[in-house]
Amino acid sequence: MVPLSYYLILSAILFGLGTAGFLFKRNIVTIFMSVELMLNAVNLTFVALSYHFRQLDGQIFVFFVMVVAAAEAAVGLAIIIAVFRNRGSLNVDQMDLMKF
Amino acid sequence: MYPLFFFVFATAAVGFAINLLVQRHPIHSALSLIGVMASLASLYLMLGAEFIAAVQVIVYAGAIMVLFVFVIMLLNAGEEERTDRSRLAKYLGMPLFLVFLVTLATILSRQFSPNSMVQFGDFPGHTADIGRRLFQNFLLPFEVVSILILIAIVGAVVLARKETY
Repeated sequence: MVPLSYYLILSAILFGLGTAGFLFKRNIVTIFMSVELMLNAVNLTFVALSYHFRQLDGQIFVFFVMVVAAAEAAVGLAIIIAVFRNRGSLNVDQMDLMKF
Repeated sequence: MYPLFFFVFATAAVGFAINLLVQRHPIHSALSLIGVMASLASLYLMLGAEFIAAVQVIVYAGAIMVLFVFVIMLLNAGEEERTDRSRLAKYLGMPLFLVFLVTLATILSRQFSPNSMVQFGDFPGHTADIGRRLFQNFLLPFEVVSILILIAIVGAVVLARKETY
């Protein structure tokens, strides 16, 4: 038996690592992967609390999050391909046209 | 036995996640992310969410990560260059991250009393119940999401195609 809070703390750690990756990494594909990591951490919270409250709605929400994540990955990677075609680089430091 | 499995998979998930941050080549990061997703799938199984575990492996570790690896190879992404532009992030990042984690852990362990345990084999529902709920109570969101997927497919094709006209 494991306390429920362990699952939630694990999910918080994963979410924090995803945030750190989002801020530290410089490759746009890796930044996108960090966002996926954060989505996964939130899914773990949903499933753990779905168990805790004895409600299946949490798992159905996870299903919807996964579907939206799949759509997001498809569109996001298409945008990355378009950006790479235009600028010839994946480094986010070189994508600063809109920087003031 | 159950706590042992939990700690093995939790350590694996955190280790793979740290590896995702440390690796400099995107392919290595992608493989670490697949490891995180596989460990999370086993954790879902231990929470009694068999359907979610299967979908995690098939959709996330299968479809989405294949898309990522495909794009990394298509664009021939090399190692990322490090830039040390932000001194603030360099010196304050790690301490603030730890403060955030400790705060969150304290709040969580206070909110959920230690006697709310996760017991193996004591699960609220199974895949058939999820399907029934999904197609009765959540039918409209399901249909809306399928339209979203269709729009995403068309949008991805439009965005990624070569403009030749």
